[in-house]
Amino acid sequence: MTFMFTVSPDFTPDHLSGWYIFNTWLQKQTGEGIHLEMYNDFQNQRQAIEDDKVDLIYANPFDAAMLVREKGFQPLVKAEGVADEAIIAVNADNAVEDVAHLSPGVKVAYTEDPDVQMMGMIMLEPGDLDGNNIKPQLCDSYVLVAKHLLRGDADVGIFLAEAYDDLSSVIKKQLRVLVRSQISVIHHALMIGPKLQHRRADIEAALLAMGQDEKTRGVLNSLGFSAWNKVDDEEMEFMIDLMDTLVI
Amino acid sequence: MISDMKAEDIMGEYKETTLNLYHSISRKVLYTEIETPYPDGKLIVSTTTPEGVITHVNQSFIEMSGYTEEELIGAPHSILRHPDMPPAAFKDLWDTVKRGEKWQGFVKNLRKDGGYYWVKATVIPNVRHGRVVGYTSVRRKPSRTKVEECIKLYPTLF
Repeated sequence: MTFMFTVSPDFTPDHLSGWYIFNTWLQKQTGEGIHLEMYNDFQNQRQAIEDDKVDLIYANPFDAAMLVREKGFQPLVKAEGVADEAIIAVNADNAVEDVAHLSPGVKVAYTEDPDVQMMGMIMLEPGDLDGNNIKPQLCDSYVLVAKHLLRGDADVGIFLAEAYDDLSSVIKKQLRVLVRSQISVIHHALMIGPKLQHRRADIEAALLAMGQDEKTRGVLNSLGFSAWNKVDDEEMEFMIDLMDTLVI
Repeated sequence: MISDMKAEDIMGEYKETTLNLYHSISRKVLYTEIETPYPDGKLIVSTTTPEGVITHVNQSFIEMSGYTEEELIGAPHSILRHPDMPPAAFKDLWDTVKRGEKWQGFVKNLRKDGGYYWVKATVIPNVRHGRVVGYTSVRRKPSRTKVEECIKLYPTLF
């Protein structure tokens, strides 16, 4: 039997090859046939989840609730030291100094990334802005969000903090951060579906051991971090509850 | 446990009153007109037992409340109750979460030093295996327009 592994489409493109290397390691470690399917967009990935095609997923926090509560997934691990944070940025020439000075009708550029979009909209609330009084500019990538700001096509951009930090210094010099979230407890997690749950304990043990071995640490480095940390059921439930409080 | 506020903890000129809290507890509170602005980009998070006793607070909660973690864990959540908050708001909160629903509202919280801070608060029941095991409260930065509306509205609700 072949199982299907997928990664939330908001992964950093630089780490694409890393996920294939990780999947090869995972197959070798588990002795299971695991096919890595990378989706370009959230819609197609959600359809695959809905059709029960996914057995293992590096899920964004927004999808984690649905995976646990509707699809019977369980958490395994999260990347050490990696939390999902969002940034609200404007063109450096923009006179606005504070979110509270923004006005209804403002053009906001963002991507489909659901948790970043949510955190960004929360940070716009102090300016009395919400989904009903902004002009959304949906972009395919954070680089395009930045381009919208540089060209003046958007007044405000919502970024995944990691993606903003990875922008070139030339671009960042022309932008200005209004707010950077410091939430710390919202993170992606590797989760296991019902068909693979009999392997949960040994897969988790193998994942946790990865950071201790130089060779396997190299696999993780290609994903942008150096170790996995355990996520137990209660930690995941806590994060889901927290996400529930944030959904507007 | 919840004790009366002490004059030596208070920063600035203060007024004094006694609040009647849930479970017939009364508490002497000392409060000033000094506002601490909500920090940009942060969330204040806590969890409580079903009875409202604090079981977890994050760093932002500690910083904004002015209490230490040791003082907060095991204390009733009403340690933050400000005398300007109408009891009706908290009745609505409890009625809502006890129905298993999410509550959202604007709250003026009291600091240990007698000052205050406004938040947009959301409270949800933590359901585990079909049973409510506690509540999670998350506060975020409120819009000033909404705060100004509450400053006018709340005194009329007493």
